Amino acid sequence: MNLNFLEFEKPIAELDAKIEELRHISDDTDININDEIAHLQEKCQEKTRAIFSSLSAWQISQLARHPQRPYTLDYIERIFTDFHELHGDRTFGDDPAMVGGIARLGSRSVMIIGQQKGRDIKERTLRNFGMPRPEGYRKALRLMRMAERFKIPILTFIDTPGAYPGLHAEERGQSEAIARNLYVMSNLKTPILCTVIGEGGSGGALGIGVGDKLSMLEYSTYSVISPEGCASILWKSAEKAPEAAEAMNMTSQRLKELGLIDMIIPEPLGGAHRDVDTMANTLSTVLQENLLEIEQIPIEELLETRYQRLMQFGNFEEV
Amino acid sequence: MSITWFEKLLPARIRTDSQTRRNVPEGVWSKCPVCQAVLYSPELERHQNVCPKCSHHIRIRARKRLDNFFDPEPREEIGKNLSPVDRLKFRDSKKYKDRLTQAQRATNEKDALIVIKGKVLGLPLVAGAFEFKFMGGSMGSVVGEKFVRGVNAAIADNIPFVCFASSGGARMQEALFSLMQMAKTSAALNRLNQQGLPFVSVLTDPTMGGVSASFAMLGDVNIAEPNALIGFAGPRVIEQTVRQTLPEGFQRSEFLLKHGAIDMIIDRRDMREQISSILAILTHQAPPEKQVAMLTDKSQPENSEPAVTN
Repeated sequence: MNLNFLEFEKPIAELDAKIEELRHISDDTDININDEIAHLQEKCQEKTRAIFSSLSAWQISQLARHPQRPYTLDYIERIFTDFHELHGDRTFGDDPAMVGGIARLGSRSVMIIGQQKGRDIKERTLRNFGMPRPEGYRKALRLMRMAERFKIPILTFIDTPGAYPGLHAEERGQSEAIARNLYVMSNLKTPILCTVIGEGGSGGALGIGVGDKLSMLEYSTYSVISPEGCASILWKSAEKAPEAAEAMNMTSQRLKELGLIDMIIPEPLGGAHRDVDTMANTLSTVLQENLLEIEQIPIEELLETRYQRLMQFGNFEEV
Repeated sequence: MSITWFEKLLPARIRTDSQTRRNVPEGVWSKCPVCQAVLYSPELERHQNVCPKCSHHIRIRARKRLDNFFDPEPREEIGKNLSPVDRLKFRDSKKYKDRLTQAQRATNEKDALIVIKGKVLGLPLVAGAFEFKFMGGSMGSVVGEKFVRGVNAAIADNIPFVCFASSGGARMQEALFSLMQMAKTSAALNRLNQQGLPFVSVLTDPTMGGVSASFAMLGDVNIAEPNALIGFAGPRVIEQTVRQTLPEGFQRSEFLLKHGAIDMIIDRRDMREQISSILAILTHQAPPEKQVAMLTDKSQPENSEPAVTN
């Protein structure tokens, strides 16, 4: 089976294979089988719609981590112009798992910060599978403060399995690096729009995730721990990951219902990786609309709303 | 322990006796997990659960810790009635609801954080302490809300805030709501800072995950108890990731001090004196009343009466 497809997409993959086969035949001969192809394509779309209309949390978490899924730089290249990548935390080093820089969104100046995964083995290693180290969070912090200074809105793109759990990351204060970002972002005097584009992995995601609006792409996830991690701790077996994914309410739809996120950004049929350009277009439109809306709000009011938004998170009773 | 047929023949009183002779009777004697010294419980309590022989800091219950920390009067508990709810109906191998009931019964607390407003050597402040026995001191909605109310009480009275952390991290059973408590508590500390009020964070064994990656690392002064495990990722997760054995003392207080993450390591028995002294300096107040720090003065005999009885 084509590696492009996930296990639950098998019926789609089979139809896709048939279409390909027919195409080859039509290339080889003069027989007109376009009607047949069109018919199959329609069937394929129908099948995709059917499958994607009732995805489980576990299936969505596989889509969120799909190897073909567009990453931060894929969106930067399609949505923004004049991107100047900025490097380094000015203290220790530069973290390729966290990218950032200034650019234009239409005519607007913006600061972009996002986690970056790699596509092939070499790049994956370079990007540390999208798991930032403390210097990544500190680079992000430096850029956020710069954005505040120049009154530039910040757009963050969240896509990480989590902050890197490594020996040297601990030595350099992974905890403090994340904590400092939460602290500063909660009161940074410039608009912050956060978008989960793939995997929202725990504190590593939140480290660039505090802002005025939190949106999620339809098939992205956001959770306190990975389904595998949760399963191995609470069920004592990583194989219970599908159950854990369900229990943690980590899909955009559930999180929207729970009031934890502001907006779901719809993906093309079959997921963002099936049509990256369309996805980037939608995302671009949403970002511009949100910026337009948020720029109307005086900064003091914006900060108060941002603060109150954080304060209302939680469920408890007073007995 | 199952009762043998022979023990069944014995009168109840004798049976109990034979049981207690075999096990160290609870509440009177206990053993230091590090130096194995057999410790007389009232003595251990006088030392605030620090082994008088080897100074190992045995975990201490949150209420006890605050009781040791604050002056006897006045004290006011904040957010006392806050109670957790299971909005997600979370269920793993057990229901979250049942885990909560179990933890509440075991600890006699509603959730994992206790916050009290009072005075320390005459210096007014608000302090919170994590109850590790309540689901590993994990941070969920109630913990976050209580923390914020504590900070707000400090702001309202224009006094400092102190927190003794002891936690495995965010509470998985409240999923993303727990994660958001990291942002919520950190944002509250930013407000405290805007009021020019100090926050002292005390990291005790263990302070991990979402708690260490939020408010616990944000102290104007970060203090750790000796040999506490403090870090972002758990040692086992790191070992699996980097596939190497971790060095001795990794993620312990002394390691954090060396790498610049904390300001100092303080013996639990010195906390009252040290923290009130630091806070008095930061808030331009006269030094707190000098107290005879009998417990930490190692030259004094073990059995002398403490000068302060609280």
